[in-house]
Amino acid sequence: MDFLIFKAPMLMVQASLDGILLGILFALIAYGMALQWGVMNIINIAQGDLVILGGYIAYTMYLAGIHPAWGVIVSPIIMFFVGWALYKLVINKVVDRDLFISILATFGIAIVFQQLMNFIFGADVVVAQSEYGTTMLFDNSVTLPNSKIFSAFISVLYAIALVIYMKKSRLGRAIRATAQNARAAKILGVDTEKVYAATFGINAALCGIAGALISITLTLHPYVGLPYTVRSFMIVIVAGLGNLPAVAVSGMGLGLFEEFADYILGTEFRIGAVFMLLVFILVYRRFKLSKKREYLK
Amino acid sequence: MIKQKDLILYSGLIILGLAAPYLFSAFKVQLTYLCVLIVLAMTWNLQGGEMGYNSFGNILFYGLGMYLTASVQVGMFFPLAEWTESGGEKTFVHTTAQYFQGIGVGLLVSAIVPAIVAGAIGYAILGLRGHYFAICTLGLGIAAGEIAGGIEIIGAGQGFTTPPFPAEIVDAEARGKFFYFLSFALLIGTFVFVKYIYGSRFRLILNAIRDNEDKAEAMGIQTMKYKIVGWMVSAFFCGLAGGIMGGLIGYIDSTDVAFDGREMGVFMVLMAILGGKGTLWGPVIGATLFHFFKEGLWTLILGWQYVALGVLIVVIVVYFPEGLMGWLREKYPERFGEVIDDKDRKAQVELK
Repeated sequence: MDFLIFKAPMLMVQASLDGILLGILFALIAYGMALQWGVMNIINIAQGDLVILGGYIAYTMYLAGIHPAWGVIVSPIIMFFVGWALYKLVINKVVDRDLFISILATFGIAIVFQQLMNFIFGADVVVAQSEYGTTMLFDNSVTLPNSKIFSAFISVLYAIALVIYMKKSRLGRAIRATAQNARAAKILGVDTEKVYAATFGINAALCGIAGALISITLTLHPYVGLPYTVRSFMIVIVAGLGNLPAVAVSGMGLGLFEEFADYILGTEFRIGAVFMLLVFILVYRRFKLSKKREYLK
Repeated sequence: MIKQKDLILYSGLIILGLAAPYLFSAFKVQLTYLCVLIVLAMTWNLQGGEMGYNSFGNILFYGLGMYLTASVQVGMFFPLAEWTESGGEKTFVHTTAQYFQGIGVGLLVSAIVPAIVAGAIGYAILGLRGHYFAICTLGLGIAAGEIAGGIEIIGAGQGFTTPPFPAEIVDAEARGKFFYFLSFALLIGTFVFVKYIYGSRFRLILNAIRDNEDKAEAMGIQTMKYKIVGWMVSAFFCGLAGGIMGGLIGYIDSTDVAFDGREMGVFMVLMAILGGKGTLWGPVIGATLFHFFKEGLWTLILGWQYVALGVLIVVIVVYFPEGLMGWLREKYPERFGEVIDDKDRKAQVELK
């Protein structure tokens, strides 16, 4: 094994820190996916494209001369309404249908989003400069962009805020009630239609935050949405629905996996490795369950 | 026993198919595309429609077939690495005999290997159900594209130029005709095979798996065996279709041509749903309609075609999940051999 990463321990530290900070961001997106999956029983393939759209909102602000970090406040507000509109237009018709219908319908939405972003923002890889500088650790052998630390901090902040909101507020309680039993919630006077719309809006808002953070830490491109969808799907199936600590841990695990795969396999196989990991996780779960004559549900 | 009405229909269609490249000489490439699209839709329907396993990953076999045919066609006579490295097609020239030998063997390989691959991964993948299967196959298709884009010997990111049609054949029409008849033969082969499946016990088993897999298992059907065979059949024909398309397009790119999940991978699902899942003619009609729509409108709305495609997917999936055949079946059930007595009909009217 003559990989560079095993020879230089500092590279290992670098990759681990990068991976964990990145993983927190993934966990935020995955939390949104778990929310809508648990409440509405739909799988949203357009999740990643909502993230990228949120990123482009922050990027537009950057172009207009506003610091892109404000995107973490503006982007979720705009994305909430985008999500709400999307729900009213399409999603409400697929909520109580077969899951495959929701997969295909959101796949269509994803294509529309990609193309519209391609028209509006162009097909170039862009990044919003936050100019936060970098932190040097261990005698300057590990470099950590401050924007990554900032993004992890903001992600944690929003996640905590959301958990408190879901626990304490009226809407949060209604969402949790609907997730447990939509019919019973309806009988007890919860306007489930509104709850669904709000859930999808909150999910889109989470995507907006994540997108704004991605615009300053990573890069944006109209067609890179699908990997984010797959990552969040992967995190959700590993962590389970509605288990926030597990989501955070598996998000970080995924981040670590990616950074190490980057060093070991080469950058050109990074996305391929993510998708192969998805296949392996699913197959592993399937074999584990089939011992008990069960299957993934 | 084929009924007389059917006999007229089939012979009419075959004659039309054979005459088409002469009648619509300018559209040979489009007709070839149509044949391949129908094959893809029909084979997708075998799983998505009949077996209830909605796969996004049949593009895997299509792309595999494409790369295999081209690699075998080149590799049989020339060093493959030099060919793909930089414009090997200019230094090495296939003679006519070599070209046809190569494509023949290549197509054979591209049919068998994907089927074997499907059989090998089938046990692991087909144990997943419903949307897990869909997402897993989606991941497989994209992973294949990304990985193929990193492998040097098949051209990596810069693509793979398939051997050009032999220059010794002077007839300018020959290339178009060759690929058209190849794809038409594939179409007939696929149709005959799928029709045979439709009349067999195998289809009933697939339907049983779709309707309730646990019960099918409880009835003593070894569902896994049949699921794998079903997937292998799809892979076989998808691989062939990919091989033909590779030769026709003349250039293989890992994510835009071969493992083209964004286009072909979605098209095959869409066409089968548009025509009607789980029917013999549905995918054929769906693919034909889709192709005409696509070719007719694509040029009119240049630049917006993918937006239109996305909207089309949403509209079809949300509003017509049963497809054209399903709609017709609901409207004219007698035509499909379903007997509805008057009592039922009255009850239906009252319900409405």
